[in-house]
Amino acid sequence: MNKVRLDHAHLHHLLRQMIRIRQFEAKCVELYQAQKILGFLHLYDGEEAVSVGVMEALRPEDAIVATYREHGQAIARGIGMDRLMAEMLGKLEGTCRGRGGSMHIFDRATRFYGGNAIVGGGLPLAVGIALGDKMQGRAAITASFFGDGAVEEGEFHESMNLASLWHLPLLFVCENNLYAMGMALERAEAETELVRKAAGYRMAGAAVDGMDVVAVEVAARAAADRIRGGEGPQFLECRTYRLRAHSMYDAQLYRTKEEVEAWRKKGPIVRFYGWLLDNGLIHDEEMRAIEAEADAEIEAAVAFAEAGSLEPVAELERFVTMDRVPA
Amino acid sequence: MSDFLMPALGADMEAGTVVEWRVEPGDRVRKGDIVAVVETQKGAIEVEIFDEGVVSEIVVPVGTKVPVGTLLARIGERVAPQPAAAPAAPPPPAPVVTTPRPVAAPAAPPPSVTVPAHAKVSPAARRRAAELGIDLAAIAGSGVDGAVTLADVEAMMARVAAVPAAAPTPARRTGFDPALMRRAIAAAMARSKREIPHYYLSHTIDLARARAWLEARNAQQTVTGRLLPAVLLLKASALALREVPQLNGTYVDEAFRPGEGIHVGWAISLRGGGLLAPAIRDTDKRPLPDLMAAMRDLVARTRSGGLRSSELTSPTITVTSLGDRGADSVVGIITPPQVALIGFGTIAVRPWIADGQVAPRPLVTASLAADHRASDGHLGALLLNAIARLLQEPETL
Amino acid sequence: MTAITYREACRQGLREALIRDPRVFLMGEDIGRYGGCYAVTKGLLDEFGEERIRDTPLSESAYVGAGIGAALAGMRPIVEIMTVNFSLLALDQIVNNAATIPHMSGGQFAIPLVLRIATGGGRRVAAQHSHSLEGWYAHIPGLKVLAPAVVEDARFMLAAALADPNPVLIFEHVMLYNIEAELDPAVSEVDIERAKVRREGDDVSLFGYGNGLVKALAAAEILAAEGIAAEVVDLRVLRPLDTATILKSVAKTRRVVIVDEGWKSGSLSAEIGMRIAEEGFFDLDAPLRRVCGAEVPMPYAPHLEDAALPQPQKIAAAARDLARPPKGSQ
Repeated sequence: MNKVRLDHAHLHHLLRQMIRIRQFEAKCVELYQAQKILGFLHLYDGEEAVSVGVMEALRPEDAIVATYREHGQAIARGIGMDRLMAEMLGKLEGTCRGRGGSMHIFDRATRFYGGNAIVGGGLPLAVGIALGDKMQGRAAITASFFGDGAVEEGEFHESMNLASLWHLPLLFVCENNLYAMGMALERAEAETELVRKAAGYRMAGAAVDGMDVVAVEVAARAAADRIRGGEGPQFLECRTYRLRAHSMYDAQLYRTKEEVEAWRKKGPIVRFYGWLLDNGLIHDEEMRAIEAEADAEIEAAVAFAEAGSLEPVAELERFVTMDRVPA
Repeated sequence: MSDFLMPALGADMEAGTVVEWRVEPGDRVRKGDIVAVVETQKGAIEVEIFDEGVVSEIVVPVGTKVPVGTLLARIGERVAPQPAAAPAAPPPPAPVVTTPRPVAAPAAPPPSVTVPAHAKVSPAARRRAAELGIDLAAIAGSGVDGAVTLADVEAMMARVAAVPAAAPTPARRTGFDPALMRRAIAAAMARSKREIPHYYLSHTIDLARARAWLEARNAQQTVTGRLLPAVLLLKASALALREVPQLNGTYVDEAFRPGEGIHVGWAISLRGGGLLAPAIRDTDKRPLPDLMAAMRDLVARTRSGGLRSSELTSPTITVTSLGDRGADSVVGIITPPQVALIGFGTIAVRPWIADGQVAPRPLVTASLAADHRASDGHLGALLLNAIARLLQEPETL
Repeated sequence: MTAITYREACRQGLREALIRDPRVFLMGEDIGRYGGCYAVTKGLLDEFGEERIRDTPLSESAYVGAGIGAALAGMRPIVEIMTVNFSLLALDQIVNNAATIPHMSGGQFAIPLVLRIATGGGRRVAAQHSHSLEGWYAHIPGLKVLAPAVVEDARFMLAAALADPNPVLIFEHVMLYNIEAELDPAVSEVDIERAKVRREGDDVSLFGYGNGLVKALAAAEILAAEGIAAEVVDLRVLRPLDTATILKSVAKTRRVVIVDEGWKSGSLSAEIGMRIAEEGFFDLDAPLRRVCGAEVPMPYAPHLEDAALPQPQKIAAAARDLARPPKGSQ
């Protein structure tokens, strides 16, 4: 019932989503160098296919728990670039009034529960959101994104167990980019085939080429279908690669330039675009148009963010505690 | 361990006879407890103790007359540990001075009750003392580590609020030290004389009408309902202050502040020497019998140590009558921060010219000491005249 | 009217919450079939079923985090943690998520979560089950921290906590579960904002919470026999602290003893003392005093544990020192 439509419009949509993410982040780098974006800035370059593919499997009522490398997850989920960029610039008009910044994008309208920057810390939240939805009879599923680093954390294992034990509608999306900051997977995990972790919790798991947006979408749809069909939580390992530094710049002492270059050739956009070209599914001009369209959207977002206001310092302590539960 | 000595219960007392012990060895005593009754020339006086502990020995038996300063009893064990089921922490050890003294220094003096100038003062006490203009160096601390507490300051204020020549009475919780008290009074009075430019006025008043009215009234009363002449002087003074409010109040921060109400501090002598001047609130508004009762109550409570600190800190003026001690008139020192003191001498029958005839009349000299910063002699004279006029109409008082 | 125990009061509060609001459910270790480590939840599984009385695996981080997530998704979870020492395994969720998300999200989300946590010493269970770490939680902006010390609060604080849109931590002292009191039939709710004067007095203020309050009240009895009138203030709410009530009592008695089972260094008692120093300094007539837990991991041997905890005699001694100091050297 939930097959991937390989029609022209959908394929262009997937490409457009990945390009939007890539271009948005390119602008972020520029703004970071201009010191308009501060702090940490974790770029998603190379991993775009994961978010774009998985989000295609989700519905508006579903929930997302994301990581701190979540620009791609946020854009693919449909959060407006203007509010995202305003958040990057610390503006009141940002998703979180400038309180969260790059690592903490929250958006109530799209059920986007962060932007979580404690590795593994989002997983128990996702368990609870799935539990809450289930107890209230909602048809929603929760997708929890996390990296290979989170698999090293106890919270991952506790959450996998609890989700399976309670048969929760939860999609575990492991973005395995092979490095937890500088720690290579094989130096951190005794079992590097992360998909095999699922079996320990009697959970169905699948591994997919995370550089192939269509493959990710297919796998994600299959997993989501199983969850919606009452088969319980699913584990999806997306094998991908982070082409840039952990956060903006590092000396990359933990990997070789050759390794990065080899992966760059397998990058999700170049690969998907090449495949579309080879199959006559896109023209160069169409690609240029998509890029121009994204650039225009980004320029508008930057203008929106630049024109934004700063939250008055008098509001500093507002929302530390809440007066009510937002409806 | 401390000694309980025959106290000096008046400047003229040289010796006293222990006529009763109210405690026995082994009894726990606290500050303010009555421990003995001592007979003096003025009569039997209950004697308080100002230390805490357990009576370890009665040295002077009942019936023995001894000079002031003689050891009467020994008090030991200042604070006994609380009986405890669980092992309680021992009380902190008494500070032991281990610093070697300079060889050339004279023999170390015994521990002194005086407080060094840099003594500890609690924040509340420091603030209150600043408000009251009290010299902290003159106060002995009763708090933790000998710190001066709020109660110490208020007790000292009570003492300095008394008219000049006052001697202290102990406030509850606070130790009594005649020497220290004298120093406090010295400080307050010296401050008064140093800071307050006094002017003095006096006026002789014919009390014939007042006395006649009083005698006629008292004849119809039981003993307890009778009024003393002093109550007329007090009431007349209070009513006169309504007419001259510039003399009723305080002088603080280079400005006169009118009193909120007329609360006369009435000087009351203590059996043990000295006197206090607690306030009679709203003196001007109270009927004479009420005022008389208030005076009796104050006298009783002043002498038994039952005054409230508010009574000692709230007077807006002081009135003293030294008539029964035979003084013709008073030249007083103002109690800061008040701005005036009214004195009355002895009511004596003296020659007086009325209607062109020399006649024997009961006369009293009313005097005023006033702060020239707050008022001028003109106002002072108006006040004395008002008192004199009011005393001619005793039925209106 | 009959007396009920603190434990029963807690249970009645839970039962009422489960009946009143279908969004309320319980999660925790051994709260269901076992009946609760301290038997607080005994019988609730039979009445409300496994869906709402959820036994969890020993995964504090996961089930506390799940409570946060469920609250985000619209539920009103009540999560029990067996002892405060175990709560450290969920510290990430409590501090990094529950306390931050409302502010970090710019007010988009609230976390209406209640955590019930047993705390405190006295049960001879040594250094991994006996500590009083509520002061740590009281350090964290975004959390509310309660310490019911009386049966009435044990009965009614839960409802107030559930009505609050914020994560509320309720610390139940393990030595209090068996205390008994009659509930005032006129009382059907309590606030979770104010400290409460449990005993009036003029001479010295004793500030305490949890079992420390019980001990402070016992100390006040000792002092009363000596003529010292101690005012005993039940802090009740450890965050946000009711500074106004604290300062009011200080202004009245001018002498302060703070009782805290927690360790003295960097403690809640330090915070209270500092607030008094900041805002009530000129009301003080004596140095601040504290009676805190000894700075040791809680020992097992009864005589050592007793010595490590604040006791009425210690509290009374501290108060006596302030209210009736030994006189200089007369």
